[in-house]
Amino acid sequence: MSENVLKVENATMQFGGVVAVDNLNLEVNRGEIVALIGPNGAGKTTAFNVITGVYQPTNGAVWFRGEKIVENHPQGKMKQQYKGEHAGDYTQVLAPTPDKVTRLGMARTFQNIRLWKSQTVFDNVLIAKHCRAASNVFTATFRLNRKEEAAQRENVLELLETVGLADVKDELATSLPYGKQRRLEIARALAAEPKLLLLDEPAAGMNPQETEELTAFIGEIRDRFYLTVFLIEHHMNLVMNISDRIYVLDFGKLIAQGDPAAIQNDKRVIDAYLGVSEDA
Amino acid sequence: MKKTVSKSAWATLLCVAALLALVVILENVLDPNKNIMVFTALKKGAVYALVAVSMNLLNGFTGLFSLGQAGFMLLGAYTYAILTIPVAQRDAVYYIYNGSAINFSLPELFGGGAFGLVLGVVLALALGGCVAAAVAWLIGLPVLRLKSDYLAIATLGFGEIIRAVFQWDKLGPVTNGANALKNFPTFSSFNITNGSGETVLRLSTFTAFLLAGACIAVIVLLINSTYGRAFKAIRDDEVAAEAMGINLSKHKRLAFVISSFFAGVGGGMFAMFANQAQAKTFTTAMTYEILLIVVIGGIGSVSGSCIAAFLYVAASEWWLRFLDAETFIGGFKVPLLRNGFRMVVFSVVIMIVVLFFRRGIMGDKELPDLLEKRRKERAK
Amino acid sequence: MQYAISILLSGVSLGGQYALIAIGYTMVYGILRLINFAHGDVFMVAGLMMVYLTASLPLAASIPLVLVLTVLLGFIIERAAYKPLREAPRMSVMISAIGVSYLLQNLATYVTGGLPKMYPEIPGISNTITIAGAPTKVVTIVTPILVLALVAALTQLIHHTKVGMAMRAVAKDFETAQLMGIKINAVISATFVIGSFLAAVGSVLYFTNYQSIVPLSGALPGLRAFVAAVFGGIGSIPGAVVGAFIIGLSESVIKGSSWSIFSDAFTFALLIIILVVKPTGLFGEKVTDKV
Repeated sequence: MSENVLKVENATMQFGGVVAVDNLNLEVNRGEIVALIGPNGAGKTTAFNVITGVYQPTNGAVWFRGEKIVENHPQGKMKQQYKGEHAGDYTQVLAPTPDKVTRLGMARTFQNIRLWKSQTVFDNVLIAKHCRAASNVFTATFRLNRKEEAAQRENVLELLETVGLADVKDELATSLPYGKQRRLEIARALAAEPKLLLLDEPAAGMNPQETEELTAFIGEIRDRFYLTVFLIEHHMNLVMNISDRIYVLDFGKLIAQGDPAAIQNDKRVIDAYLGVSEDA
Repeated sequence: MKKTVSKSAWATLLCVAALLALVVILENVLDPNKNIMVFTALKKGAVYALVAVSMNLLNGFTGLFSLGQAGFMLLGAYTYAILTIPVAQRDAVYYIYNGSAINFSLPELFGGGAFGLVLGVVLALALGGCVAAAVAWLIGLPVLRLKSDYLAIATLGFGEIIRAVFQWDKLGPVTNGANALKNFPTFSSFNITNGSGETVLRLSTFTAFLLAGACIAVIVLLINSTYGRAFKAIRDDEVAAEAMGINLSKHKRLAFVISSFFAGVGGGMFAMFANQAQAKTFTTAMTYEILLIVVIGGIGSVSGSCIAAFLYVAASEWWLRFLDAETFIGGFKVPLLRNGFRMVVFSVVIMIVVLFFRRGIMGDKELPDLLEKRRKERAK
Repeated sequence: MQYAISILLSGVSLGGQYALIAIGYTMVYGILRLINFAHGDVFMVAGLMMVYLTASLPLAASIPLVLVLTVLLGFIIERAAYKPLREAPRMSVMISAIGVSYLLQNLATYVTGGLPKMYPEIPGISNTITIAGAPTKVVTIVTPILVLALVAALTQLIHHTKVGMAMRAVAKDFETAQLMGIKINAVISATFVIGSFLAAVGSVLYFTNYQSIVPLSGALPGLRAFVAAVFGGIGSIPGAVVGAFIIGLSESVIKGSSWSIFSDAFTFALLIIILVVKPTGLFGEKVTDKV
């Protein structure tokens, strides 16, 4: 029935003596919207960075569409220092760079927007198409890739129309209002043609109305691009409205998982998080 | 939108063709012997424009702060010279080492004459670029992993190493040690003479412009291609670029290798301009000179680098020469003017640009962009 | 044997002189993350000032005056060329540093007419003595001792004074230090003052050994000292000193062999190797970037 798109297995990330994420296990199935929540400093972004190849986990593995893409086990100095819960099953070392992970079909946004500042809205999205271009530097320089280039431009224009940024396509990315910059970052991630979209706090800094629009928008693009979405979020409204399933992280450990209703009533989650949440 | 792009491309092409025609006319109307400064400035300006643009590709468009330009120019200059010195001249040039280890010359290999000259020179320049590019690829493997400021120091160090290697006595039969290589084809070799040796059509400055122009055109095409856009993404935000599927090490190396290729070609052309190639010319000071041209023109602007190259060369070789000469007006000796003052004035101007006009002449805009903006404003 | 000793002696004294320059690089880099390309030229200008001052003043007055003027020069350079660019991208500041270096070199060429100048003899340290059969100048012996004394004093300053504490705080985290009310500009100025002072002392020792001085005299010792700073781990003062002695010794050994033309090439090859193998140097701290 449901096909597994992302699977994180026993992932532990330890920086020096600090265990930021401890023995994380989670699965995201095809077509789902899954959220990872937790108080500040719970290790959510670290988990994201492990999945996307920015950090190499200290121990554990990440599977993407049935293929193991990341694997590691404590080595060298870390062997003595290692404090993670799980150990022993992993022997290989697989550490793809983030660009490789993206080309495999995962694209992300950033918590603190990272657009290319000197580029226009259009170019920001167009550049993300670069990783899908078949041309090499020679054919690209001497314009032997006209067809591909034209197709890419067409494609980007369509994408911008879908996300409602076509009217500002020639503006500088940084001149857009905050909400639109967030939207542009999502459009840019979509241009890389992902199967799995990772959103790092997409509603950070948004007002309730913008958040509502974003909620609708995420659902829309999921259906339109046949996506699977995995997101980190603080805004409870957004998470509860949109998610099929939720994972809760506290002090690097998974403390609960389930559908929104179950999470809302989970005692440990309320203690750890909802009880002190600004939105509750 | 599409139409205007190709229209402006045609307009640019037309302007370049007009410029080349103007150079030919100028060269044949003005007597070069009476206007040495003008033509020196034009030729050296063309060479420096190419090298500055190649540096800008790296520093301005990819955000990699490299200071190895003089080193790569040296590689290009030596490769060019070694491959083109006529066989008959080799004993004279390499007299200290009793002749050269390499005994062929590309122009002669292609049968000499005008055809052999053009083909030989172009091929030698291209090979000079290739040698520079190959070396860049090799040192890029370790060096490009470094952060920007370490990269600057490491490439600066590379320039020093290359200079030492080429002056090494043991390599004398190839590099002529610390002595200059000369007697190879220069820009003046492209002047067309008649049977009795009189010059009928002067093409030396034109040759410099044509070669530099062709190379700069390729760089511009690259910058505006999907690869150029990827370079700019790396410059703006490396983390985001990597997250969007751009392989950082591959693209950085690509930019470094291509930039070095054109620096190598520029080095070969510099040898053609200077009528000799000698390791001690390609110092760190030369790299600084080129860097300052890039800064004055605007980091990230090709047309800025070109304009600044001509301005800089014209000012240093021609307009400001008087600053170095002791001058008397009547019985009054003008103060300060004496050897070295020109460079002081230069450095002060550069500091003013760096501190107060950080965007340089063009910022990161290109000439056509500015004209377009002007037209739009007028239309309003 | 005698030859080996003289090589060793000159290596140690060279290392000490580089150490004094390297400390200036490493402190500035630690705080501003800037390679102060002009530092080597400040060192050269200190040497030239000595030449011109001793022409009209007695030695006892010239040396302190050189120290004061060099400190002033370092202070002015920071205020004029680096401070206005504090918010600018790092590349701009680096270019400004290169610009200052270019300006100082060209000014020196203008003033000296590009001709080498003879460095004045300093009685006491210019004299020749013989150690274990190897003739050398007193300065060779004085240098390492003076360097160790100065480094000890500097370490005291950094660990036990208010300014020193502020410096360490700024080096650790520029912005937080600023938020905590540390006067950033004063700390940076203090760094340049200390760096320039040490460079001035270094120049007296270095040029006493080398006798003549040209406008480019600062460039290479400056670069070598920078390499030493990187080698030892940039930002670390003991690292810079250790690195400088290693660079000084290896330069002296290579200069004494038939490979002397490659002495600088070797220094830079060493730099590239250390940057690739251990970018943090011998004593440097690891810095990670945040995503």
